[in-house]
Amino acid sequence: MPQSDNLPAGAAGHAPGEEPLIRFDKVVKRFGRNVVLRELDFTVDAGERVTLIGPSGSGKTTILRLLMTLERVNGGVIWVNGDSLSHMRRNGRLVPANEKHQREVRKKIGMVFQQFNLFPNMSVRRNITEAPVHTLGISREEADQRAEELLDMVGLRQKIDAHPTQLSGGQQQRVAIARALAMRPQILLLDEVTSALDPELVAGVLDVLREIARTTDITMLSVTHEMAFAKDVSHRVLMFDQGRIVEEGPPEQIFGDPHEERTKEFLHAVLEG
Amino acid sequence: MTFFDLLPLYLNGAWYTLLITLGGCALAFVIAMTVGIVGSVRNPVLRAAAAVYVEVFRGVAALVLMFWLFYALPLVTGYRVEPVFAAILALGLNVGAYGAENVRGAIKAVPRAQYEATVALNMTPVQRMRMVILPQAWAQMLPTFGNLAIELMKGSAVVSLIAVSDLTFVAQQLRTFSGDTALAFTAALVMYFIIAQVLLFFVRMAERRADRRLGRAPAKPTRRGGRIAAAVKGGGA
Amino acid sequence: MTFDWGFVGEVLPDLLLGLRYTLLATVVSYAFALVLGLVVAMVRRAAPRPVAAVVHWVMEFIRCTPLLVQLFFVFYVLPSVGVQLSPLTAGIIGLGVHYAAYTAEVYRSGLEGVPRGQWEAARALSLPARRTWTAVVLPQAVRRVIPALGNYLISMFKDTPLLFAITVPELLFEANRLGGQYFKYLEMMTVVGLLFICVSVPAAILIRFLERRYAAI
Repeated sequence: MPQSDNLPAGAAGHAPGEEPLIRFDKVVKRFGRNVVLRELDFTVDAGERVTLIGPSGSGKTTILRLLMTLERVNGGVIWVNGDSLSHMRRNGRLVPANEKHQREVRKKIGMVFQQFNLFPNMSVRRNITEAPVHTLGISREEADQRAEELLDMVGLRQKIDAHPTQLSGGQQQRVAIARALAMRPQILLLDEVTSALDPELVAGVLDVLREIARTTDITMLSVTHEMAFAKDVSHRVLMFDQGRIVEEGPPEQIFGDPHEERTKEFLHAVLEG
Repeated sequence: MTFFDLLPLYLNGAWYTLLITLGGCALAFVIAMTVGIVGSVRNPVLRAAAAVYVEVFRGVAALVLMFWLFYALPLVTGYRVEPVFAAILALGLNVGAYGAENVRGAIKAVPRAQYEATVALNMTPVQRMRMVILPQAWAQMLPTFGNLAIELMKGSAVVSLIAVSDLTFVAQQLRTFSGDTALAFTAALVMYFIIAQVLLFFVRMAERRADRRLGRAPAKPTRRGGRIAAAVKGGGA
Repeated sequence: MTFDWGFVGEVLPDLLLGLRYTLLATVVSYAFALVLGLVVAMVRRAAPRPVAAVVHWVMEFIRCTPLLVQLFFVFYVLPSVGVQLSPLTAGIIGLGVHYAAYTAEVYRSGLEGVPRGQWEAARALSLPARRTWTAVVLPQAVRRVIPALGNYLISMFKDTPLLFAITVPELLFEANRLGGQYFKYLEMMTVVGLLFICVSVPAAILIRFLERRYAAI
């Protein structure tokens, strides 16, 4: 794991003026009257692995979806590498972001979904190569070579010309991980990537993610109910409830010695249930 | 005179029917795709424009539209419109409006998760549509497109009313010449039925291909009728 | 060439008389199609297999061939075998039979939508077949088919100009006659188009409302 011991535990640990990779600044998100995030502040540093836990409806997934620009904030600002997701600078002022600006910021971010969301109209190969060829502008040959390497890594090289529907859920999810990585993102968002899988297929997917965590310095933000996995890969765990961070800390502390009553209740329910 | 003596006449009529059907289908397809895609974008002005097109051209029967193009338009422009061209234009504009609704519905039916995946892969709106949304919507559009093609073919019979010598026109002529009314029209009906079955055969083939591409099991033969036909009927005149 | 609104005003009563024929033909044919379609759907469900198959192919044939030629067939062929028909009657028969082939499909899918359990429950209660249909199955099926049937009403309305071809003095016929008589085709054809839009667009909006309200099939 890359320099996990030196990583700061949160925004407080930053040298003044040094910008974290991701910064949520008083972010508010509502769906109708339902307030999902209430003036949320938190930061993630480059290379950091952060796991978001908490009961369903606590806003974890919304955080990932906001980062991926699948949702818009109702208040506050999300900064990625010093750029706002929702706003852009024009003549020194902040104006609402246009599609072009959003695409520029999105370049750095990849996402793996709970339901895989592979494209059923494309083979595994094209699922992985199409976006790099058309949005990053790399050559077909290079994209193909990269696809093969990534499929090697997820153990599905032999399935390169298969159709997504011919794969098991676990295999589809591994392809989805390869597809996200083919875009060479700086940040990888993992949204309950094992929740839709049959129990015996979960381990294969988590092993791939552990491998990515071990061999790359990609920043990972995951929402998961797999506590053992969270313990293994994360530098920091954030416990969410009702749109707020209830508690945060290194996994050993959160899982071993939670301070907050709400965290204890939640972990008890998840681990015993 | 036996039917076989008349066969060349009927085949000639069938040729015109086929020509107008294919021409109309081509025009209707282009309109359906364009208006359907425009109707599914987020921009409210574009969407409203597409909706107006659909309502207006679904609202007027192809026959009325054809008469307008053939009789009224020349009075405005000073140019006479070729009857075959007026027919293709009227049928294409009319069926295109139904097709546009079909395209829009099929685009809307593509799961939102697929759109989200395209955002996560940072595709442009055009790339999303071209590479992911339309290829998936295609399989859903095809059965209704097939029904619309049949409706358009049936609708093409109205061209006989502006003296294009299609199948119906030939049948009418033979009725007046030979007096064997039953034979004249039965022969025409059978030939229309054959053309329809051939069209359906090609559509079914395309449907199976599209389903295979999406890795779906070959679907059961699509039924005409039911809700799909409800949305479709009236496509022709 | 200017658009002569004055002329339109003058002949409007004649046009509205034509529109009356249009609406009359629509309503009567539609009622005919609703009843005949239901009979066809029930025959296809209850009759012996060969009969049902024949009915199926006859309906397929009707759906795959032009209404205009079917109208000619009724108008010209039936009198030659001794059945004398007025143009309007011939038109109503042609329209009604053509649309029955479509409404039968609507009923069929409506009936298929009634869960098997409902039939089984009726049998378990030893309801006679007649009661099973009228008290259990049809009330459930009808509700589901209302929007689809509504769509056919609009379609049928838009198909009535074809009656022009068999000399029914409906809207297009009148417009064409007046247009030819005074050489005012532009005005007449435009007004016909507008009248159609005026009726069918609000009707379509109403159907969409019904679709939202009732469970559509």
